[in-house]
Amino acid sequence: MKNYEVTFIVDPVLSGEEIKATAQTYVDHLKSEGCKIVHVDEMGLRQLAYPINKRTSGVYYCVEFEAPTGEFIVKMELALRRDERIMRFLTVNLDKYGVKYNEDKRAGRIGKVSKKKKPDDSKKDDRRDNRRDDRRDRRPARPAAKAPAPAPAAPIAAVEEEE
Amino acid sequence: MASRDDIKFLSNPKIGQKRKKYCRFRKFGIKYIDYKDPDFLMQFVNEQGKILPRRITGNSLKYQRKVATAVKRARHLAMLPYVTDLLK
Repeated sequence: MKNYEVTFIVDPVLSGEEIKATAQTYVDHLKSEGCKIVHVDEMGLRQLAYPINKRTSGVYYCVEFEAPTGEFIVKMELALRRDERIMRFLTVNLDKYGVKYNEDKRAGRIGKVSKKKKPDDSKKDDRRDNRRDDRRDRRPARPAAKAPAPAPAAPIAAVEEEE
Repeated sequence: MASRDDIKFLSNPKIGQKRKKYCRFRKFGIKYIDYKDPDFLMQFVNEQGKILPRRITGNSLKYQRKVATAVKRARHLAMLPYVTDLLK
Protein backbone atom coordinates (compact mmCIF):
# COMPACT_ATOMS: atom_id res chain seq x y z
CA MET A 1 0.00 0.00 0.00
CA LYS A 2 1.21 3.43 -0.89
CA ASN A 3 -0.08 6.76 0.25
CA TYR A 4 -0.80 9.50 -2.21
CA GLU A 5 -2.29 12.90 -2.12
CA VAL A 6 -3.85 14.69 -5.06
CA THR A 7 -4.53 18.42 -4.88
CA PHE A 8 -6.53 20.09 -7.60
CA ILE A 9 -7.99 23.50 -8.33
CA VAL A 10 -11.55 23.61 -9.63
CA ASP A 11 -12.83 26.45 -11.78
CA PRO A 12 -14.67 28.90 -9.48
CA VAL A 13 -17.06 30.00 -12.25
CA LEU A 14 -19.07 26.81 -11.79
CA SER A 15 -21.92 26.74 -9.31
CA GLY A 16 -21.35 25.32 -5.84
CA GLU A 17 -23.04 22.04 -6.67
CA GLU A 18 -21.08 21.57 -9.87
CA ILE A 19 -17.84 22.13 -8.01
CA LYS A 20 -18.77 19.53 -5.44
CA ALA A 21 -19.87 17.13 -8.16
CA THR A 22 -16.53 17.56 -9.92
CA ALA A 23 -14.62 16.70 -6.77
CA GLN A 24 -16.94 13.80 -6.09
CA THR A 25 -16.37 12.27 -9.53
CA TYR A 26 -12.68 11.95 -8.79
CA VAL A 27 -13.29 10.56 -5.34
CA ASP A 28 -15.60 7.96 -6.89
CA HIS A 29 -13.05 7.30 -9.59
CA LEU A 30 -10.44 6.55 -6.96
CA LYS A 31 -12.81 4.31 -5.06
CA SER A 32 -13.64 2.31 -8.17
CA GLU A 33 -9.90 1.70 -8.63
CA GLY A 34 -9.81 0.04 -5.23
CA CYS A 35 -8.33 2.90 -3.27
CA LYS A 36 -9.09 3.67 0.28
CA ILE A 37 -9.94 7.34 0.70
CA VAL A 38 -8.31 8.61 3.85
CA HIS A 39 -9.56 12.14 3.79
CA VAL A 40 -11.07 14.71 1.43
CA ASP A 41 -10.02 18.18 2.39
CA GLU A 42 -12.10 21.01 0.98
CA MET A 43 -9.79 23.96 1.25
CA GLY A 44 -12.33 26.30 -0.31
CA LEU A 45 -12.03 29.33 -2.52
CA ARG A 46 -8.60 30.88 -2.46
CA GLN A 47 -6.89 33.69 -4.28
CA LEU A 48 -4.32 32.43 -6.78
CA ALA A 49 -0.81 33.83 -6.64
CA TYR A 50 -0.89 34.32 -10.41
CA PRO A 51 -3.70 34.02 -12.95
CA ILE A 52 -4.41 30.60 -14.47
CA ASN A 53 -6.65 30.51 -17.56
CA LYS A 54 -7.51 34.15 -16.86
CA ARG A 55 -8.95 33.27 -13.47
CA THR A 56 -7.62 34.87 -10.33
CA SER A 57 -9.18 32.53 -7.79
CA GLY A 58 -9.90 28.83 -7.52
CA VAL A 59 -11.52 26.20 -5.33
CA TYR A 60 -8.90 23.92 -3.81
CA TYR A 61 -9.48 20.28 -3.01
CA CYS A 62 -7.05 17.82 -1.50
CA VAL A 63 -7.73 14.09 -1.51
CA GLU A 64 -5.53 11.78 0.48
CA PHE A 65 -5.77 8.09 -0.36
CA GLU A 66 -4.14 4.71 -0.01
CA ALA A 67 -3.60 2.73 -3.16
CA PRO A 68 -2.40 -0.85 -3.72
CA THR A 69 -0.50 0.09 -6.89
CA GLY A 70 0.45 3.29 -8.62
CA GLU A 71 -0.51 2.28 -12.13
CA PHE A 72 -3.93 3.86 -12.28
CA ILE A 73 -2.47 7.26 -11.38
CA VAL A 74 -1.51 7.80 -15.00
CA LYS A 75 -5.14 7.23 -15.95
CA MET A 76 -6.39 9.52 -13.24
CA GLU A 77 -4.01 12.27 -14.25
CA LEU A 78 -5.09 11.92 -17.85
CA ALA A 79 -8.71 12.35 -16.79
CA LEU A 80 -7.77 15.41 -14.74
CA ARG A 81 -5.86 16.87 -17.65
CA ARG A 82 -8.77 16.40 -20.02
CA ASP A 83 -11.25 17.89 -17.61
CA GLU A 84 -11.88 21.56 -18.38
CA ARG A 85 -13.28 22.19 -14.94
CA ILE A 86 -9.90 21.40 -13.36
CA MET A 87 -7.45 24.26 -13.62
CA ARG A 88 -4.42 22.66 -12.01
CA PHE A 89 -3.58 19.47 -10.17
CA LEU A 90 -0.67 17.87 -8.38
CA THR A 91 -0.27 14.27 -7.27
CA VAL A 92 2.24 13.62 -4.52
CA ASN A 93 3.56 10.42 -3.03
CA LEU A 94 3.45 10.78 0.74
CA ASP A 95 6.21 9.41 2.91
CA LYS A 96 5.53 8.21 6.43
CA TYR A 97 6.13 11.67 7.84
CA GLY A 98 3.65 13.12 5.41
CA VAL A 99 1.00 10.63 6.50
CA LYS A 100 1.67 11.43 10.12
CA TYR A 101 1.61 15.15 9.45
CA ASN A 102 -1.79 14.89 7.78
CA GLU A 103 -3.15 12.86 10.67
CA ASP A 104 -1.90 15.39 13.17
CA LYS A 105 -3.27 18.23 11.12
CA ARG A 106 -6.72 16.68 11.08
CA ALA A 107 -6.52 16.19 14.84
CA GLY A 108 -5.79 19.89 15.12
CA ARG A 109 -2.34 19.42 16.56
CA ILE A 110 -0.28 20.82 13.74
CA GLY A 111 -1.95 24.06 12.81
CA LYS A 112 -1.10 25.72 16.08
CA VAL A 113 2.34 24.27 16.48
CA SER A 114 3.67 24.80 13.00
CA LYS A 115 2.20 28.25 12.64
CA LYS A 116 3.15 29.61 15.99
CA LYS A 117 6.48 27.97 16.46
CA LYS A 118 8.03 28.81 13.19
CA PRO A 119 7.22 32.43 12.51
CA ASP A 120 8.06 33.39 16.06
CA ASP A 121 11.52 31.88 16.07
CA SER A 122 13.18 35.23 15.82
CA LYS A 123 10.70 36.98 18.05
CA LYS A 124 10.55 34.30 20.68
CA ASP A 125 13.23 35.78 22.85
CA ASP A 126 11.66 39.21 22.67
CA ARG A 127 8.31 37.82 23.66
CA ARG A 128 9.66 36.03 26.65
CA ASP A 129 11.42 39.15 27.74
CA ASN A 130 8.25 41.15 27.39
CA ARG A 131 6.35 38.68 29.49
CA ARG A 132 8.98 38.75 32.15
CA ASP A 133 8.90 42.50 32.13
CA ASP A 134 5.15 42.45 32.55
CA ARG A 135 5.48 40.18 35.52
CA ARG A 136 8.14 42.34 37.00
CA ASP A 137 5.92 45.35 36.59
CA ARG A 138 2.93 43.64 38.07
CA ARG A 139 4.55 42.10 41.09
CA PRO A 140 5.98 45.24 42.56
CA ALA A 141 2.77 47.09 41.68
CA ARG A 142 0.61 45.07 44.03
CA PRO A 143 2.73 45.37 47.18
CA ALA A 144 3.17 49.03 46.36
CA ALA A 145 -0.59 49.46 46.18
CA LYS A 146 -0.96 47.77 49.53
CA ALA A 147 1.90 49.59 51.14
CA PRO A 148 0.58 53.13 50.77
CA ALA A 149 -2.78 52.18 52.23
CA PRO A 150 -1.51 51.39 55.73
CA ALA A 151 1.08 54.12 55.48
CA PRO A 152 -1.32 57.08 55.68
CA ALA A 153 -3.04 55.49 58.65
CA ALA A 154 0.21 55.23 60.58
CA PRO A 155 1.30 58.86 60.20
CA ILE A 156 -2.14 60.06 61.22
CA ALA A 157 -1.96 57.94 64.30
CA ALA A 158 1.53 59.20 64.94
CA VAL A 159 0.39 62.77 64.54
CA GLU A 160 -2.45 62.21 66.94
CA GLU A 161 -0.09 60.70 69.46
CA GLU A 162 2.23 63.64 69.10
CA GLU A 163 -0.56 66.06 69.71
CA MET B 1 26.36 67.00 29.59
CA ALA B 2 26.71 63.37 28.71
CA SER B 3 26.56 61.28 31.80
CA ARG B 4 27.82 57.71 31.91
CA ASP B 5 24.39 56.28 31.14
CA ASP B 6 24.19 58.19 27.86
CA ILE B 7 27.59 57.07 26.70
CA LYS B 8 26.62 53.46 27.11
CA PHE B 9 24.11 53.65 24.25
CA LEU B 10 26.27 55.45 21.75
CA SER B 11 27.62 52.14 20.46
CA ASN B 12 25.54 48.99 20.05
CA PRO B 13 26.98 46.38 22.40
CA LYS B 14 25.53 43.55 20.26
CA ILE B 15 27.20 44.68 17.07
CA GLY B 16 30.22 42.43 17.20
CA GLN B 17 28.36 39.31 18.31
CA LYS B 18 27.32 36.66 15.84
CA ARG B 19 24.08 34.84 16.43
CA LYS B 20 24.51 31.16 15.83
CA LYS B 21 22.32 29.89 13.00
CA TYR B 22 20.48 26.64 13.40
CA CYS B 23 18.17 24.37 11.47
CA ARG B 24 14.68 24.94 12.82
CA PHE B 25 13.49 21.57 11.50
CA ARG B 26 16.17 19.75 13.41
CA LYS B 27 15.64 21.84 16.49
CA PHE B 28 11.86 21.42 16.68
CA GLY B 29 11.72 17.92 15.22
CA ILE B 30 9.67 18.83 12.17
CA LYS B 31 9.88 15.99 9.68
CA TYR B 32 7.46 17.01 6.95
CA ILE B 33 7.12 20.32 5.16
CA ASP B 34 3.64 20.97 3.86
CA TYR B 35 3.45 22.48 0.39
CA LYS B 36 -0.13 23.60 1.06
CA ASP B 37 0.88 26.07 3.73
CA PRO B 38 2.04 29.19 1.87
CA ASP B 39 2.26 31.32 5.00
CA PHE B 40 4.92 29.04 6.38
CA LEU B 41 6.84 28.74 3.12
CA MET B 42 6.89 32.52 2.87
CA GLN B 43 9.75 32.51 5.36
CA PHE B 44 12.04 30.71 2.94
CA VAL B 45 11.45 33.06 0.07
CA ASN B 46 12.71 36.57 -0.58
CA GLU B 47 10.71 39.57 -1.76
CA GLN B 48 10.89 38.48 -5.37
CA GLY B 49 9.66 34.98 -4.55
CA LYS B 50 13.08 33.38 -4.86
CA ILE B 51 14.10 30.59 -2.51
CA LEU B 52 16.55 31.84 0.12
CA PRO B 53 19.93 30.13 0.34
CA ARG B 54 20.96 27.91 3.22
CA ARG B 55 23.56 30.49 4.18
CA ILE B 56 20.70 32.76 5.27
CA THR B 57 18.02 30.36 6.50
CA GLY B 58 20.49 28.12 8.34
CA ASN B 59 18.63 24.95 7.31
CA SER B 60 20.48 21.69 7.14
CA LEU B 61 20.98 20.29 3.66
CA LYS B 62 18.31 17.64 4.06
CA TYR B 63 15.62 20.11 5.03
CA GLN B 64 16.72 22.78 2.61
CA ARG B 65 16.05 20.26 -0.17
CA LYS B 66 12.63 19.56 1.27
CA VAL B 67 11.87 23.24 1.58
CA ALA B 68 12.89 23.74 -2.04
CA THR B 69 10.56 21.01 -3.31
CA ALA B 70 7.72 22.28 -1.12
CA VAL B 71 8.14 25.82 -2.48
CA LYS B 72 8.21 24.50 -6.04
CA ARG B 73 5.05 22.48 -5.47
CA ALA B 74 3.34 25.48 -3.90
CA ARG B 75 4.29 27.52 -6.96
CA HIS B 76 2.76 24.97 -9.27
CA LEU B 77 -0.49 25.14 -7.31
CA ALA B 78 -0.49 28.95 -7.44
CA MET B 79 -0.07 29.25 -3.70
CA LEU B 80 3.22 31.05 -4.14
CA PRO B 81 4.13 33.19 -7.15
CA TYR B 82 6.86 32.26 -9.60
CA VAL B 83 7.89 35.87 -10.12
CA THR B 84 6.83 39.01 -8.27
CA ASP B 85 7.98 42.12 -6.58
CA LEU B 86 7.15 43.32 -3.11
CA LEU B 87 5.92 39.95 -1.93
CA LYS B 88 6.36 40.89 1.70
